[in-house]
Amino acid sequence: MRERTVLDVQGVTKRFGGLVAVDALSLAVRENEMLGLIGPNGSGKTTVINLISGALRPSEGEIFLGDEMISEWPARAIARAGVARTFQLVRILHSLTVLENVMAGAVFGHKRLWGAAARKFALRQLDRVGMAHAADAPTASLTCIDEKRIELARALASDPDLLLLDEWLAGLNPTEMQIGIALIRSLREEGRTIVLVEHVMDAIRSLCDRCVVMNGGAKIAEGTPEATLADPEVIRAYLGVGHA
Amino acid sequence: MDILITGLLLGATYSLIAIGLSLQYGVARIMNLANGEMLVAGAFGAFWVFTAQTLSPFTAALFVVPGAFALNWLIYRVLLRPLVRRAKSRGMLEVETILATFGMSFAFVGIMLLVFGGSYFTYSYLAEPYRILGSPYGLNRVVASAVAVVICGLLYWGVHGTRTGMAIRAVAVDPAAASLVAIDVPRVSALSFALGGAVTAAGGIVLSTFLTMDASIGVVFTMKALIIVIMGGVGDVRGAIIASLILGLAETVVASLIDPGLTLAAAYLLFLLVLLFRPEGLFGRRQS
Amino acid sequence: MTARETRTLILVVVAFALLACLPLLRHGYLLSLGVDIAMYTVLATSWALFSGPTHYISLATAAFYGIGAYVVAAGIGTLPYPALVALAGLAGAVAAALVGLATLRLSGVYFVIFTLGLAELVRQIVTWVQNNFTGSRGMYVLTSITERMIYWELLALAAAVFFIGWRVARSRLGFALRIIGNDETVAAHLGINSAACKLALFVISGAFAGMVGAIMAPRLSYIEPSIAFTSELSFQVVIMALLGGVHRLWGPLVGVIPFTILWEVIAARFPTQTVLLLGIAFLLIVYLIPNGVVGRIESALRAAQRRVSHA
Repeated sequence: MRERTVLDVQGVTKRFGGLVAVDALSLAVRENEMLGLIGPNGSGKTTVINLISGALRPSEGEIFLGDEMISEWPARAIARAGVARTFQLVRILHSLTVLENVMAGAVFGHKRLWGAAARKFALRQLDRVGMAHAADAPTASLTCIDEKRIELARALASDPDLLLLDEWLAGLNPTEMQIGIALIRSLREEGRTIVLVEHVMDAIRSLCDRCVVMNGGAKIAEGTPEATLADPEVIRAYLGVGHA
Repeated sequence: MDILITGLLLGATYSLIAIGLSLQYGVARIMNLANGEMLVAGAFGAFWVFTAQTLSPFTAALFVVPGAFALNWLIYRVLLRPLVRRAKSRGMLEVETILATFGMSFAFVGIMLLVFGGSYFTYSYLAEPYRILGSPYGLNRVVASAVAVVICGLLYWGVHGTRTGMAIRAVAVDPAAASLVAIDVPRVSALSFALGGAVTAAGGIVLSTFLTMDASIGVVFTMKALIIVIMGGVGDVRGAIIASLILGLAETVVASLIDPGLTLAAAYLLFLLVLLFRPEGLFGRRQS
Repeated sequence: MTARETRTLILVVVAFALLACLPLLRHGYLLSLGVDIAMYTVLATSWALFSGPTHYISLATAAFYGIGAYVVAAGIGTLPYPALVALAGLAGAVAAALVGLATLRLSGVYFVIFTLGLAELVRQIVTWVQNNFTGSRGMYVLTSITERMIYWELLALAAAVFFIGWRVARSRLGFALRIIGNDETVAAHLGINSAACKLALFVISGAFAGMVGAIMAPRLSYIEPSIAFTSELSFQVVIMALLGGVHRLWGPLVGVIPFTILWEVIAARFPTQTVLLLGIAFLLIVYLIPNGVVGRIESALRAAQRRVSHA
């Protein structure tokens, strides 16, 4: 069975001045697939997320969402076209309540609901991430996992065709980590299309269908998690020469 | 040719006030909207020295410059530092410093009105012609721009040739990184803010030798300084100097060819062009 | 509509009806104070509609106000007055749109600086045009419009501002602005066009300032550039709005009333010291009441509630 390609990144390069952050990277994400994007620190993963979501524009290459070329689009247009993301450093809207944070996704994203419908849909997403009890709470005294869950619910509330999670599991303690992994697994079982940037190898192994490994801005390996994580070049990238 | 030289002479003096503001905004990260009032205070000093003491107005620098330095240092430490510390983001700091320095600006104007009254003040110093390439120019304007060039040169050396200057430049580029290499960022910021105020007050002395001023004219100079700083690129001394010359020229061209009442419109036109086409400044690097 | 909203609506209607009776007192000074307060209420509330959520400090009020006054002065012989007020609103909106398009994409500092000189810029241009093309500097606006009619017009405009503010707060646009005020990056990634949202609100505030200028023109009766474009007005409006608080629709009103009265007193007794008053007011706002009087009261109430619930 061949599934539709949701995201197609073709030969994308991003330069900052003289620094090449992403170097002629190509990758494709199929519908219902969970793709892990991994690599050591500074290998350009977050830059790729920023390029896909429109926070940055590629210096070269093209990005397609379905049939549309989105690489020149502003972030807001890409969001409306159906790409939702979370941020490496969680970004909660602090003067809004928890429910309003999630409603923001339902109202303005891909889905564009309003009024009672938006409220209902947002509540469902909050429930989905296990935060329905806190709907009317202010955002001041939330724990790290709660903030991450709210941000995830906000992304889900736009009912995205493609979800980008930028180190969503980072900073969680071991118990929270278990909750977090279970939550992402349930998203996968729902059949969502997700790109997951992650450092937590257990999560990558147990969650992803496929992995793309980056180092120095370029793709050095691609395949199933087991195969890529055993690749000598990947081990070298993570641990340095001599360990392979 | 007349326009060119008059414009350049004016621009040279503008560069002084622009560099003052640039030090405050580029290094201490304070958009000081009370900058023009410091200039007027300097001009008052020169006026007082010349009329009451019958000395050269430039001798006012002896007390105006250290006085402005001390005052601005105090302002930074007492009024602005708390804002820097409580600000949660760069944007919030911007809003608060804008409001606070507006407050200071109006308070200064109010105090100067109380002390000196609301009348114009002007004096006649070196108001004799000086010939450049055959055409006469006010000697006071020529001397003023020469003094401005000398001060700019000293500052350039200070910022690029000394250890403290290097710390100032480091803070201008990245305060967080500067503090990692053991630069006392609050101290350097206060120093730059004070230095900026002193330079501006010196600019006031220089300008007062050929311009008529009153207590509430400061905001006009604040505007001009801001336009120059933005045009030249924040924290870019070379850019500020070139932008000053461009502004001086543009104002002179408009004043002599169209109408002297439209000088601000000329400045605004430049400002608008910069905002639309090069918001990062004439020589600034475009951010990605 | 919820029961609470209905109650508020009834209260507001009653309040406006009572205020509309003010001219019946036939008290000249009260009426003139009423005109001032109504005028500043419209200006400060519409200012806060834009600046409250976006944190952009606009000093363009005086420019739009002056443009509105000039529309009336220039057209009073040729067009009916109500049409001129509408035209003034349109002119204010267009001017705001032009300024906004040039500056709202950029950081807040550039915006403040640009609006800071805007009134002076328009004044210079108007003066130049008058000197070179029309001959005379001033223009008379002689109408049969009395002060009580001006008061009623401003009151109606105030009702319109509150209505629009209330509508915006309940709309997608209002929700978008709250998100933009929190975090513009998140807003962009949620699909919000923040430049368009800011522009929409700035245009609304420009239109109101233009209409206020038009309504006030008959009261000024003689209009020349230095009367119509007083940058002081922009600062007064900023202070009043911030003093009251910009996080609630009625917040600016809390600042307008005391500040207008204080301003009248100072301007009458110490006319040269109004500048000092502006300065002190700004410093007071920044250092003592950064969220306005309303914000102060609300946080005090919240603290009291917490104490009660802990006890």
